Amino acid sequence: MFVIKCPYCGERDQTEFSCHGESHIARPENPNEVGDVEWGKYLFFRSNPKGMHYERWTHDHGCRRWFNVQRHTVTDKIMQTYKMGQPKPKGIND
Amino acid sequence: MINRNRLFSGGLIDRNILIKFKFNGKPLQGYQGDTLASALLANDIHLVGRSFKYHRPRGILTSGSEEPNALVQLGKGAETEPNARATEIELYDGLEASSQNCWPSVNHDIGALNNLFSRILPAGFYYKTFMWPPSMWMFYEYFIRRAAGLGEAPKEKNPSRYEQKFFYCDVTVVGAGVNGLTAALTAARAGASVLLVDEKPELGGYLLNAKSRINNLDTKKWIKDTVKELMALENVTVLNRTAATGYYDYNYVTALQKITNHLPNSLSKQPRERFWRIRSKEVILAQGAFERPLVFSGNDRPGIMMASSAQTYVNQYGVLPGNAVTLFTNNDHAYSVAVDLISKGAKVIIVDIRSNISEKIRKLCEQNKIETYISHAVIKTDGSKKISSITVQELSEDKQSFVGEAVTIGTDLLLMSGGWNPAVQLFSQSRGKLKYDDQISSFIPDVLVDNQAVIGSNNGDFNLKQSLMSSYEAGLGAAHRTGNKQEVENFINDANEPIEFITAEVVPYVLGSKPVTHGSKHFIDFQNDVTAADIFLAQREGYVSVEHTKRYTTTGMATDQGKTSNVNALALMSHIQQKPVGDVGHTTFRPPYVPQTFGAIAGRNVDQYFDPQRLTAIHEWHIDNGAVFEDVGQWKRPYFYPKKVETMTEAVNRECIAARASVGILDASTLGKIDIQGPDAAKFLNLIYTNAWSKLEIGACRYGLMCNEHGMVFDDGVTTRLGENHYHMTTTTGGAARVMSWLEEFLQTEWLDMKVYCTSVTEQWTVLSICGPNSRKLLASLTEDDISNEELPYMRMKEAKVCGVDARIFRISFTGELSFEINVSARYGRYVWDKVIEAGKKFNITPYGTETMHVLRAEKGFIIVGQDTDGSATPSDLNMDWIVSKKKEDFLGKRSFLRPDTAKNGRKQLVGLLINDKKTVVPEGSHIVEEVSKQPPMKMEGHITSSYFSPTLGHPIAMAMLKNGKARNGDLVKIPLMNGKVVEATVTENVFYDKAGARQND
Repeated sequence: MFVIKCPYCGERDQTEFSCHGESHIARPENPNEVGDVEWGKYLFFRSNPKGMHYERWTHDHGCRRWFNVQRHTVTDKIMQTYKMGQPKPKGIND
Repeated sequence: MINRNRLFSGGLIDRNILIKFKFNGKPLQGYQGDTLASALLANDIHLVGRSFKYHRPRGILTSGSEEPNALVQLGKGAETEPNARATEIELYDGLEASSQNCWPSVNHDIGALNNLFSRILPAGFYYKTFMWPPSMWMFYEYFIRRAAGLGEAPKEKNPSRYEQKFFYCDVTVVGAGVNGLTAALTAARAGASVLLVDEKPELGGYLLNAKSRINNLDTKKWIKDTVKELMALENVTVLNRTAATGYYDYNYVTALQKITNHLPNSLSKQPRERFWRIRSKEVILAQGAFERPLVFSGNDRPGIMMASSAQTYVNQYGVLPGNAVTLFTNNDHAYSVAVDLISKGAKVIIVDIRSNISEKIRKLCEQNKIETYISHAVIKTDGSKKISSITVQELSEDKQSFVGEAVTIGTDLLLMSGGWNPAVQLFSQSRGKLKYDDQISSFIPDVLVDNQAVIGSNNGDFNLKQSLMSSYEAGLGAAHRTGNKQEVENFINDANEPIEFITAEVVPYVLGSKPVTHGSKHFIDFQNDVTAADIFLAQREGYVSVEHTKRYTTTGMATDQGKTSNVNALALMSHIQQKPVGDVGHTTFRPPYVPQTFGAIAGRNVDQYFDPQRLTAIHEWHIDNGAVFEDVGQWKRPYFYPKKVETMTEAVNRECIAARASVGILDASTLGKIDIQGPDAAKFLNLIYTNAWSKLEIGACRYGLMCNEHGMVFDDGVTTRLGENHYHMTTTTGGAARVMSWLEEFLQTEWLDMKVYCTSVTEQWTVLSICGPNSRKLLASLTEDDISNEELPYMRMKEAKVCGVDARIFRISFTGELSFEINVSARYGRYVWDKVIEAGKKFNITPYGTETMHVLRAEKGFIIVGQDTDGSATPSDLNMDWIVSKKKEDFLGKRSFLRPDTAKNGRKQLVGLLINDKKTVVPEGSHIVEEVSKQPPMKMEGHITSSYFSPTLGHPIAMAMLKNGKARNGDLVKIPLMNGKVVEATVTENVFYDKAGARQND
């Protein structure tokens, strides 16, 4: 069970959080202008890497804020957490 | 002396406190400080249970938590505990325990016949034999489970109380042997907050029993002094009787503390056990090692024991389990056990499988007059319920054949010493990597994870002085890394043991009088009755991977998780496969390290605390008025209110008719309510709902559907504009939290520039929904404000005083009747409810529950999201195209309506159904099939989502999701029921009553 550093509250136990899958998947600005293939990618396709993963978490039993977590999927080591809207950090093992 | 095998002096027991207990109904006596195992041995009882599969007589093998054989049923009735390890049960007055897996008794066990047939019961026997015909498995399983088994779980509810505790500290030390004590004391002296846990009642570990010295003190004295200092330190928490059970990511350790298990009858107010959830910055593992059995023919009889355990029984419990003792060993360590036993008056013979022994050992044997059989092996054991003799024969240099004659020796205690296996289970759980060490012939820690150390024999380090030095270093390092930098002088000056464990000469299995694969019983896993022959069989049949061998033979899969057996199984696999043990690998260690009570894991989260219950402000009234409740999410909602002799159907019919005839009242407080404010609120709602919100007037209400990005309906409700930038959203009862998260998700992750704030206000409001033709008259009698149709028309909201209380009155209807939803502060909810009921008496006001609500809305064809939808229906599938804006550029789900799969013809669509026989209420979930055949499978074309008897219409009505339903009005469909009958129904539109909506608009 992880210890996660909420960018707003600090380190808390994983039981206070929930994970919402891969981050940095922007909703297309004009969905009507997007073809089926691209829309399908937005809806269904995720990278599922063995290595660095960028994912969205919420501090449900805390400040209820959404934020990003950079986690290594093999070691489960959390490299960093950062606020929504901040750019995707460059990882060594991307 | 009251016990036959009890020594007159020595040990940590208190001979002044006599304890009475019963084993298999027989009254026995022991002393304070005994375990059940030591007390049984003191009474010369070796036969404790019967084995899992072959029902072979079994005794006490060890003295600790690794015990595979001596499992007993402890206590009786609701508090009985199955599979309790006799070696861990502390004796208390009135203790009652009995043998397991035997009938009628442990001495005369019918199941022992299995042993005679053991040649036809090898590994995989059940898989091969009982798989045909498949339908018979259930029948076979009943008998197999009865024949093979462990203890019995209590049938009653567990009366004990369990607690949980969260704990945070700098350093956790697991194991309070001399190394754990050294590390803990060092870290504590450096200023770290330290938690020290040990599964035994007595701290000190194995060296409590050995004649070693630390700093020129007898080890017992050194342990006593060190424990005393630790106990006195404020920054140290010491927990005995506490087994660390799991070791997870980020140094999260769980531990089970036994609090009253060792006390007579739990009259104590204390909880039985406490489950600790420990998060510490550093973890030091000092769990020691388990002595390894030797794999020889007949190595499982009562009276065969681990050498170190015999030493524990002698030195800690003052029990000499046998007088004519034989020690079978492959290493030096066993000789120190021999010396201890001889000093207590036993006669000891040593059978050493090694070809040579050192000069030091030879001299020790001469001094102590120990008879030795070097390069010999125990090839056979005899004795029915306890060992009586062994047969010994000399082995050739390569241990592959015999030399010389076999000799039979009378013995009443056979001790095995096969070397030591570090207890690497927790380390491995933490994702630490192991490697095979050739010197000690076992797995030791190799690659550590962060902020962790492994010390002492747990790390494969068996040199006392050296390991104590490392423990000091580990304690200091952990303290320093957690910011505790006080200087600590090394307090270990000197340490020595009479005989050290250096190396073991492993023989995968010892030759027996019969070939290992033909009828001999070389046990590897005692608890699951797995023999060397089973391992051979698994390799022959292709189950060569370690994970396959484990599952095929079940070795290491019993409640002891193979603590004594795993390495022996791997060594044998290595021998058969002709490759190093390290290359055979090992299976994954998983929590719990020792069996763990479910009650402790649940803690106080049982019964009504298992899941929170949400109650409305009116709850007590519902109880007083005989409501039957239904769970909706975590809410308790009235289902219906039966009068004395009414059935559910009768009650619901009465409630429905009353609501349509005069006035009904529903507690609608559980509906989700979200207060939405901000300059971008309208823009936001436009993106969230499928319909348009920009032009909604202040004070107006509008029904909306929400879709997810796949275009599927996931919630609905009415939202009202309260002010320029202020909206009141309602959601389904069960969907409230989900909708709230959904709104926040988009505000926080997609549309960060939008100025919108959402606040859940579900519990702040009590909602009384009154409906029926007389509802306006009733409400008018309770308010001075104008609530006429002109002032408060359908789909409008008005702020008013009801019974003198500030209220928001919404003219919205889920029943199709003239209806008012009165929202008042939850603090006044019950007050207003009582007033409404009182005033409503002259209109025969009738409280109704969720079932009546469902019937009334179904008559009107209103959907319930989650009942009529299942996450795969678009608004169009629900026949609700009217609520999807054609003009809006964008809203969530819109783009997906154009996806080929969403837009295709022939999707399941919502229809109404009229049952042709006008009387059958078809069960919800029934299938509509294209053609009825005698047996399934039949081609399915839809399913019933809602089905009721409509008291208003006098016949059943139903809704269904039907393939291409919109185009099938008037079609006849067939619904086969579970009872074999087939119901015919006619497809119709899904509004059954008051199609024009005159009643609600009135």
